[in-house]
Amino acid sequence: MSATAHPELSVRSFLARDYGLLDWLTTRDHKRIAILYALGITFFFFLGGVAATLIRFNLVEPQGAIMSAETYNKTFTFHGVVMVWFFLIPSIPATLGNFLLPLMIGARDVAFPRLNLASWYLYIGGGLFTIAALLAGGVDTGWTFYTPFSTMFSNSNVFLVVIGVFITGFSSIFTGLNFIVTVHSLRTRGMHWFRLPLFVWGIYATSLVMVLATPVLAMTLALIGLERGLGVGVFDPALGGDPLLFQHLFWFYSHPAVYIMILPAMGVASEIITCFVRRRIFGYRFMTYSMLAIAVIGFLVWGHHMFVAGQSVYASTLFSLLSFIVAVPSAIKVFNWTATLRKGDISFEAPMLYALGFVGLFMLGGLTGLILAAPALDIPLTDTYFVIAHFHYVMVGGSVMAYLGGIHYWWPKITGWLYPEGWARFAAILMFFGFNLTFFPQYLLGYEGMPRRYFSYLPEFQLLNILSSAGASILAVGYLMPALYLLWSLRYGRAAGNNPWDARGLEWQTSSPPPKENFLSPPVVREPYAYHEAAP
Amino acid sequence: MSAVAESVPARGETVSVEEQYDDAVQQREAATLGMWVFLATEILFFGVLFASYTICRVLYPLGFAEASRHTDMLLGTAETAVLLISSSLIALAVRAIKLDERRPAVILMCATALLGASFLVMHGFEYHDEYQEHLIPGIDFQQTGPHVRAVELFFCLYYFITGFHSVHVFIGVCVIGTLAVRVARGTFGPQRYTTLELAALYWHLVDIVWIFVYPVIYLVGRSG
Amino acid sequence: MNRFHLFLTQASSLAPQIDALFWSMIAVCGLVALGVFTAMVYFCIRYRRGSSADRSGAHQQSLGVELTWTLVPFAMFVGVFLWSLFLFAQAHTPPAQARTFYVVAKQWMWKVQHPAGQREINTLHVPLGVPIRLTMTSQDVIHSFYVPAFRVKQDVLPGRYTQVWFTATKLGRFPLFCAEYCGTDHSHMGGSVVVTSASEYAAWLASQSSGGTMAQQGATLFNSLGCSGCHGPNSAVHAPQLAGLYGRPVHLEGGGSVIADERYLRDSILLPHSQIVAGYAPIMPEYSGQASEEEVMALIQYIKSLPSATEPPR
Repeated sequence: MSATAHPELSVRSFLARDYGLLDWLTTRDHKRIAILYALGITFFFFLGGVAATLIRFNLVEPQGAIMSAETYNKTFTFHGVVMVWFFLIPSIPATLGNFLLPLMIGARDVAFPRLNLASWYLYIGGGLFTIAALLAGGVDTGWTFYTPFSTMFSNSNVFLVVIGVFITGFSSIFTGLNFIVTVHSLRTRGMHWFRLPLFVWGIYATSLVMVLATPVLAMTLALIGLERGLGVGVFDPALGGDPLLFQHLFWFYSHPAVYIMILPAMGVASEIITCFVRRRIFGYRFMTYSMLAIAVIGFLVWGHHMFVAGQSVYASTLFSLLSFIVAVPSAIKVFNWTATLRKGDISFEAPMLYALGFVGLFMLGGLTGLILAAPALDIPLTDTYFVIAHFHYVMVGGSVMAYLGGIHYWWPKITGWLYPEGWARFAAILMFFGFNLTFFPQYLLGYEGMPRRYFSYLPEFQLLNILSSAGASILAVGYLMPALYLLWSLRYGRAAGNNPWDARGLEWQTSSPPPKENFLSPPVVREPYAYHEAAP
Repeated sequence: MSAVAESVPARGETVSVEEQYDDAVQQREAATLGMWVFLATEILFFGVLFASYTICRVLYPLGFAEASRHTDMLLGTAETAVLLISSSLIALAVRAIKLDERRPAVILMCATALLGASFLVMHGFEYHDEYQEHLIPGIDFQQTGPHVRAVELFFCLYYFITGFHSVHVFIGVCVIGTLAVRVARGTFGPQRYTTLELAALYWHLVDIVWIFVYPVIYLVGRSG
Repeated sequence: MNRFHLFLTQASSLAPQIDALFWSMIAVCGLVALGVFTAMVYFCIRYRRGSSADRSGAHQQSLGVELTWTLVPFAMFVGVFLWSLFLFAQAHTPPAQARTFYVVAKQWMWKVQHPAGQREINTLHVPLGVPIRLTMTSQDVIHSFYVPAFRVKQDVLPGRYTQVWFTATKLGRFPLFCAEYCGTDHSHMGGSVVVTSASEYAAWLASQSSGGTMAQQGATLFNSLGCSGCHGPNSAVHAPQLAGLYGRPVHLEGGGSVIADERYLRDSILLPHSQIVAGYAPIMPEYSGQASEEEVMALIQYIKSLPSATEPPR
């Protein structure tokens, strides 16, 4: 393919023909569905980001700079709901997972393409419905909907938001189901389980969690709706209910949910690191078993969100021990990624910068998670900015970095164009710097005793808050840059060719963009990350 | 059934294989796995409800026992019998199709759907009676006694669990009824019956859930 | 003042021990982070594309290495877990001689009741060096009682009691925050804990009007709410004896027994049918909705003060 040809006009490309809106909205091609998801994800990310910007602006002043307490409470709820359910959970699985999973295993599509499209509609429908409810009147309960505040005391659209999230949950469940069956049933000849790329393992482990945990959320939200709508006391003690029951049910889903957010990111990191180090991953089997262990043990640790909630000491002890145990496979992965660097042949394109940033920031977030896993230390630190910093380090420094790294890494494959490398590296570094300036001060704020979800705070916390807000504005610029230059590359970028990174993995054995049926001739399957051999 | 026989068409039919699958065997395996995964999610859906119920029952044993006595055990037992019989009928129907006995299969499937419908009708009578007795929380609930709140909570969970289950029964009835029509038209045969097997699996799940619902709702405190 | 304090005020007996664990973890985590960062940077520089480093002999896996960095962290985690468990158990076990104060949280204030009867809003006066136990409940939603200087935090739930204890070891005024989101003015639901010497505390108590000690207030309520009608000494109704009840095991209808602690007493007053005493009929009326949380606490304090036939009052 000549460098001056326009790849997406190649007759076989999945982007060619069927240009109409209706064609896209009725597509069954997993690659088009992935792009539809990417549009939705980007939209929700920016909405959630606007909310974050407003929060940080407000926190510049100890008594609140730009909004009332009630508005502030609605804003952080909006930020949490949108970012958790409409951005983080679907981000990598629904976009990169949908696009790459069949390609990486040598299949023509996922197992149930119509279900895939239905999942997208559920996501968009549920998302728009929820946004409407959040904006028209707003919800001020926090994304965690603790009872009895959410069921009995909040004068807001809890019922509607709960319905919206309930609907979106099915998108998660059906996507997970689709991916599990795809990986089991549609691997091409020769693609045995332990030849799968780690990204596929990551998506598979994530899908197990999505399928088993999300129904619990759905029913818990339904019970909230019931309590709010009919005034029956499931969770409200004034009516004979139990508020801790809600917390147990909620966190039974929401803790595995964070592993839905991080496992795909870990898969992306492994793909990128092996490519830019030009080596096989160190300890492939340990890496796969670690991801499965995280998925399984992740179901057993939910009570670490409730150490001060009134849970029994015995339960807290058990959850603490399990929380320490679940950190072990994550530690193994960080060490293995580092070991993969040794004796490699390393280059530092933008995806690699994101992947390295991921490893470092995920590690920092994970280490502070260890501190929180000890109940004696969790007591002073929980419900403060220390926890906020912890989860933003793993979710933003971890998952979002990996997501952006993956977008850059596979952009040439998906679009057929190369993004501008200089701008991409600059944006990655700017993001890394802005991120740390935003969230490291929050560790200090939490340590000093500033509680979370505070509209106003003691004056002695102001300097750290200003630093954090300054970092947030830098981070915002960092996020805007890819939005701009990636779009620019669609018009002015250089053609990518099949395999611009000289990577291994079946997706690089087909054209960029791939044809609708993914492969024109059967791909060659070898061991994963065979960088010591030439590309087939 | 060997893999070769599965893909050999009979009666001039072809098993249509979707483009993402290499062959009919792969398609069948994928569909079966997909149904099992779906059933796993259903177990978790109902699991939350049963867990909530169990916790509330442990907190309010006397209240729940009293509330359970308001349920109609006769109808509940009849519903249980109906579902158990319908489960065996659909299993026999799948067997009949495999043996190429089309007419018996259609009859068995129609019988299954009818039994499912009768379950819904009986349940409708139950709800009607409970409405007459002012036992619908949030809409018309007038009860007295020391355990009023627990009774209200019981009935809330009762409507949620049985209502959610009835939706599943209704969907099952529609699916089985539609499939019975397609069996009658000759769409399915010994070489093509995966859809029926999966529908039967779904119906078995609906039945198993009810087997848990029955003692937990209708039989509490009945021995006392 | 925007000074960042590297070492926070340690104003309670457990604070130094918690800080020791915290700083140990920071040190270990810091070392690990530093180690990994150093390795990453070193490898990135040494093995960058175009460098002349020797790349032969690269391993893809090494069971020994993997097991080492599996088992060593695991062992360290278990060590930290055990240390934390020890501290956690202490944090959850108030000393036997701890003095009980009562706290009722509501949107958006803290109401404190001293056993001697004094009430405070958003402030808690405590004497230095005395173990203080707080029995807390909420009138509406979940709140959380958080005093950073004491390293103490405990959620306060409606419909039940939770407890926290501390021994203040420093004089002064320490911030109190609500740490569980509870609505519009969550961030304004703060106050202070004021630690004074024992004599100053006594003086402060004397300067506040109290309306009688909590036990005395409880005694008044015991009559005015009609409790004495069944539980009084001259009652014709067969009702459980309350003298010396607190802290004793109670045998329940249907088997099993429970210790008559504050939770039991509260539930017995507000929802008596949830646990019936063996040998008694379930005829006690519910006081839920008729007695406020503060009144229930006063009644409990009164019951605690009743002398049993063989023991002096608590």
